[in-house]
Amino acid sequence: MDKFEVVAGNGLLHRRAFLRGSSAFAAAVTGYALARTATAAPLADAPWSREMGAVMPPVQVPSRFEKQVVRTLSNPNNELRNSHARTPHQMLQGTITPASLHFTINHSGVPDIDPAQHKLAIHGMVRQPLVFTVESLSRYPMVSRMGFVECGGNSAPMFSNEPIQATAQALHGLVSSSEWTGVPLAVLLDEAGVDPKAKWFIAEGADSLALSRSIPLKKGLDDAMVALYQNGERLMPGNGYPMRLLLPGYEGNMNVKFLRRIKLIDQPAMSYYESRTYSQILPSGKAYRFYFLQEVKSFITHPSFGHALKGPGFYEISGVAYSGNGRIAKVLVSADGGKSWGEAALQEPVLPKAFTRFRMPWRWDGRPVVLQSRAWDEAGGVQPLRAEFVAQRGETKKPPSPLAFPNQHYNSLTSWAVDDKGEIKHVYA
Amino acid sequence: MSTLKPLAALAFALAWGAAAAQSPGLGARISEADIGAWDISILPDGTGLPAGGGTAAQGAPIFAAKCAMCHGEAGKGSPAGNVLVGGAPLASAIETTKTIGNFWGYSTTVFDFIRRAMPFQQPRTLTNDEVYALTAYLLAQNKIISESEVMNAKTLPLVKMPNRDGFIIRFPERI
Repeated sequence: MDKFEVVAGNGLLHRRAFLRGSSAFAAAVTGYALARTATAAPLADAPWSREMGAVMPPVQVPSRFEKQVVRTLSNPNNELRNSHARTPHQMLQGTITPASLHFTINHSGVPDIDPAQHKLAIHGMVRQPLVFTVESLSRYPMVSRMGFVECGGNSAPMFSNEPIQATAQALHGLVSSSEWTGVPLAVLLDEAGVDPKAKWFIAEGADSLALSRSIPLKKGLDDAMVALYQNGERLMPGNGYPMRLLLPGYEGNMNVKFLRRIKLIDQPAMSYYESRTYSQILPSGKAYRFYFLQEVKSFITHPSFGHALKGPGFYEISGVAYSGNGRIAKVLVSADGGKSWGEAALQEPVLPKAFTRFRMPWRWDGRPVVLQSRAWDEAGGVQPLRAEFVAQRGETKKPPSPLAFPNQHYNSLTSWAVDDKGEIKHVYA
Repeated sequence: MSTLKPLAALAFALAWGAAAAQSPGLGARISEADIGAWDISILPDGTGLPAGGGTAAQGAPIFAAKCAMCHGEAGKGSPAGNVLVGGAPLASAIETTKTIGNFWGYSTTVFDFIRRAMPFQQPRTLTNDEVYALTAYLLAQNKIISESEVMNAKTLPLVKMPNRDGFIIRFPERI
């Protein structure tokens, strides 16, 4: 029983309580709830239990009762601008984002690429320029890895000077995590023969903007991949079909989709997206350039804005944590707005540069609480507290649209306030 | 000669065989010339800039015809397109609108992005002279060059943008 004591304020329980499945656990978490459990009605067969079911479709889709589990679209009529589709984190569990729900940002729509005609050229400061096809790359030895991809502008509404009332999807929906399979870029660069004087490479897509970014060659020779598969199937069109660059842990926009060209160069090209769009204005008026890294971050998905707690008793608090610097080392959870903290359980496997699901058992007494999570990574990175973050990076003068990008690379905390009716608000704490 | 050649060929074949054993080698060889149509990146030192040139005066009617429907009259912006001209001082807010005048660090980026991505509905349809003229027009509208200055492969990289030195490299150790 002593293992399952409350470890932090407002009913946070020891992280291992739920792993034991013991009578002690039952006593710890249900003793309170049992008294309030309603009596169940007698059981009877439902109509679907008395007839043969429907035909199986060749590609299955979720139940018709799950129609609300969709991405939200910023540009549903495909106006002449960029489009965002955000992942519904508050309705998902585990660590793998279904490919159909992976976030996408496209700056000029989703191109309709024939894989038989798509080509990838590697040239510039190399011994021999080469061209690869989907077919030729598919013959290479492949590797698979779990990896999150996060837009540099994910969580941009958190720069608002007042908390925007919105779901985890609206606030943090521009990050997702998948299993990616493809060919290590280093293998292809080695075949082309890299000139020792090359320091960068340009990655360019086959979309109408020929979106391009400059990437340090160091990263290209480290863990970069030309990805062909996402969660076992070919990449989704919005995620770069038929091939994309995967730079584990690096800003989403650098993971160039529809990859058609890699040019090795001795200086950064200062392309539009690196020198304008993904450079971040600081309060001083200076701006960051080459942020690259998606730093350690976590947010609670359950419960969160849009959920409602149905009375006091047991709940599991859970969320995702990730870092471009490696594995998640620790996640702390608070139910009293940061006054006291308890250590969450990290769901295995804890993989580098991928989502880690954290879980924290919680017995809610029905009074108002403020839920927060804070993550540390194995490189020593830690999510800054909001006051620290705002002091360094600033906040807006007035609340922006939730779809706006007032700034980028927010990795501070997210706080959910639960009131005595179980309603949840987004707050700063 | 006749004996050396086959020996050299044999040595090459052995070396190639060793390399091939380590790597599939399934890429097709191609010349830089045959990549040319895709090789559109311009570097800040001017590498990649094509022949041709243009002035702001030449760019003004092209902008009015092909760009203003999204970017507004003289690049002042509209709901459909980014503001390109003017802009508040960057220290006024972290969400300050970024324009060519108040933010962009390199003039070559203007040429590169117009050529690769604009007009939005018809990218890569402008001639190089038109791209130079539009680049000159936008630099002049931002009062970075004069109306009469010709922008070409020689002059464009020499244009110093007002915010050239306004950047901090976030993670220099990762470069």
